[in-house]
Amino acid sequence: MNWNEHLPALILIIPLFGAFIAPVCSLGGKTARNILLVAISFLTLIVAFMLWRHVLANGISYYVMGGDKFNLSLPSGMALPVRIILEVDAFSAFMALCGAIVSFAGALFSVNYMNRFTGMGRFVSLYCLLTAGMIGMMVTGDIFNFFIFIEISSIASFGLIAFWRDKPTAIEASFKYALISQVGSMFILIAAGALYGRYNMLNMAAIGSVLKMGSMEKLVLVFLVGSLAMKCGTFPMHMWLPDAYAEAPTGVTCLLVAVSQASLYGLMRVCFSIYGATMGSSFIPWMLIVFGLASMFFGVSMAVVQHEIKRLMGYHSVSQVGYMLLGLGVGLLVLDDARAMADYGFTAIKGGVFHIFNYTMYKALLFLTAGAIYYATGKKDLNEMGGLARRMPYTTFMFVIAAAAISGLPPFNGFVSKLLIYESSFAVHPFLAVVALVTSVLTLASFVKVFQTAFLGPEKSSLAKVQEVPAAMLIGMVVLTAAILGASLFPSWTLSTLVEPAARALVDQSGYIGAILGGGM
Amino acid sequence: MIGNAPFFVVGVLFLMGLLGIFMTKNLIKIAIAVSILGSSVNIFLVALGYRTGGTIPVHFLAGEGSTMVMPTPQAMTLTAIVIALATTALLLSLIMLVWRHYGTIDVDEIRRLRG
Repeated sequence: MNWNEHLPALILIIPLFGAFIAPVCSLGGKTARNILLVAISFLTLIVAFMLWRHVLANGISYYVMGGDKFNLSLPSGMALPVRIILEVDAFSAFMALCGAIVSFAGALFSVNYMNRFTGMGRFVSLYCLLTAGMIGMMVTGDIFNFFIFIEISSIASFGLIAFWRDKPTAIEASFKYALISQVGSMFILIAAGALYGRYNMLNMAAIGSVLKMGSMEKLVLVFLVGSLAMKCGTFPMHMWLPDAYAEAPTGVTCLLVAVSQASLYGLMRVCFSIYGATMGSSFIPWMLIVFGLASMFFGVSMAVVQHEIKRLMGYHSVSQVGYMLLGLGVGLLVLDDARAMADYGFTAIKGGVFHIFNYTMYKALLFLTAGAIYYATGKKDLNEMGGLARRMPYTTFMFVIAAAAISGLPPFNGFVSKLLIYESSFAVHPFLAVVALVTSVLTLASFVKVFQTAFLGPEKSSLAKVQEVPAAMLIGMVVLTAAILGASLFPSWTLSTLVEPAARALVDQSGYIGAILGGGM
Repeated sequence: MIGNAPFFVVGVLFLMGLLGIFMTKNLIKIAIAVSILGSSVNIFLVALGYRTGGTIPVHFLAGEGSTMVMPTPQAMTLTAIVIALATTALLLSLIMLVWRHYGTIDVDEIRRLRG
């Protein structure tokens, strides 16, 4: 039996199993629990990598649960896919790989970071559950299950953001996030119900194959785009994001970055695979572009004035999500125009997809360095830091790499994806590229500020006893640094193996539908 | 016309829930509004699956009728109710902790995270 075919189910089962075994494992003491956390996230990473390899080699893979055969896309001889179907194409596998890398790094980091606190059994359980929810959003082929997984990840993240429940601000941030994501997921559920009422189907591929634009479909599209944009933190609905990112324990913040990317994945799946070329008007693509521009500019301009290090990075997340929305929005704009697509549209999508990878890696790394500083010094405010480069050389080194990558300095991966986005958005309108460039400059300015105040300058007497953080935290950061450096040193390999298949899969609506419905569109 | 009545109810409840979330200042009332929002979506799902004069969607012991109601929305509703239970419990426990830390459940006074 070829067990590669079971990978889509395994990638969900492993973290879910970890979540339920964690309380039992915590009875065995600290070491057993830490080993479980790292082992589960490492196994998930391995399975994600194998799934990615498998999908690249053999095309879209799907898995039917509850049917008589797991590899029969139309179970029990039915004409429509009615069971729970997981569908993994190159884009999903790419996203799951990004998410699994970040989850592994965050788990390694948390082992030492959370060492001083009690209640770690719950932490490990929720962490695994959050990983399962995030990966579930990426591999599911069914819009109702997408809602289920978004709720699993939301509920796990409420608990994790409020993990330090003696801090009032953590409770406040968690409540804010809970409210926003509850409203958002109710919109998603009503949209799923409306699609079901219209087509009697919940499978995304099957809905995509019969979808015709009408007023109901437009309403559904607006509900889905609005709520998923809210969940990934675009500008007018971003207020929960800096709070939640700043107040969560750092290993969790790092994973939350990947979870917000899962919402972005859902947004793209809806726009490209369900609606695709039948969308017919340029309203939604322009909305995405405008959301993107607003997030980029306002996000970064709010970040420049922050002096609390994780809040500052949280506002940068808002602005970085803008880049992806810009790139993917430009791609969506020219989806049914073959010439413009070949000219610049596909470049934009490649840029957007590559930026998802880059953003997940360097933003997670930046949050981890911020957490390392907090662990070592106990301070969050930039004004109370100074001269940390002498005390924490490794952290400083990795911070510099991540900051250079997020600012888009030439040898690093952020530069490549940003360049692709500049080039392609310039072809639509020069103004888009100008905003993107200004944002990049402001990003650089604000990270120069952080670097200067926290790491350089005279040493503060209150920080004289600071030491470098323990090895497990450093290894967690090294994982992400290695991913950034790998993508920076081999940009052409990364673009052709990692990014291009994902971008191609995203554009290929008929391929996504055909895999489930057997090519009979 | 009367067949569409559930959907009007759904619309009214949904708007009430949204208004409640954005207009009220009391955290408990906001949690109630979230529950109303969830219930309206559940009514929507159940109403979608109903067929006039339909029986239970089971092949044996179903009685005389030949039309059956759709089982999928009912399964979806059950799932959604379970999820709503979990989130309501979480929201209420967060409100409890907010009360413990701030001594108030008025939205305007719970503002430590700004800027």
